[in-house]
Amino acid sequence: MDAHQLYPETWVDNYADYLFNFAVGRVSDEEIAKDLVQDTFFAGLKSAKNYKGEAAERTWLIAILKRKVIDHYRKINSNKGKAEVRMNYGADYDSEGDWLEEQVADPFSLSENDNIENEELGLAIQNCISKLPKKQAMVFKMKTIQGISTEDICKELSINPSNLWVMIHRSRTALMSCLNQNWFNS
Amino acid sequence: MISCEQAAIICNKAQYREATVMERLKLKLHVLVCKTCSKFTKKNTALTSLCDKANLHSLSDPEKEKMKSELLDSTK
Repeated sequence: MDAHQLYPETWVDNYADYLFNFAVGRVSDEEIAKDLVQDTFFAGLKSAKNYKGEAAERTWLIAILKRKVIDHYRKINSNKGKAEVRMNYGADYDSEGDWLEEQVADPFSLSENDNIENEELGLAIQNCISKLPKKQAMVFKMKTIQGISTEDICKELSINPSNLWVMIHRSRTALMSCLNQNWFNS
Repeated sequence: MISCEQAAIICNKAQYREATVMERLKLKLHVLVCKTCSKFTKKNTALTSLCDKANLHSLSDPEKEKMKSELLDSTK
């Protein structure tokens, strides 16, 4: 692949899910995330001539998506009456005792990085899925992410269950070797 | 006794809770004596929990097709 060229016709197949995961992680709303991904592709097309080939296609698209996420937050914050900064001081639960004391991070907590780690994990998995053959990736996603039943997948793709399990097996083994060993040790 | 191939299929089914009690029993027995399958089962189960933890999202095919056609329209 020529490093200085973009292939917009492959964007949706190659990067849509990766970008979508990234976006959902930032805006926590699937509909908004989908729009942001679409906007990213549009913006990418528009500025394709500015692409210098310094970064990989996906990195370049992620950079655009990041701008789109920022724009999104600007927009919702500039709506009249919504301009105040909303902070949640843990008012969801009954707070007893000293407010400040409750805000201090628990020095023994191992979970504060969980969200960041899980997002990285999600992107790592999506990256590995995108390397699978198209049909395997599709079956794996339908089964694992969308949770569609075996029967329905077989009907939709007109394959038989043993075909399906072979594809699941291949995609799972490929993912196991693709995912960095680090993920399996913790 | 089941073969390693059969064990692998059951193991995969078990990841989606689609293995029957009988199948799971067969798998357990097989894993007891087969090191390779024991490793595979462990890794496979780990992959399942990783996928759960990662909170994965994906766009459905119709959604992607729509994106593609909208992108194509914009280039015209």
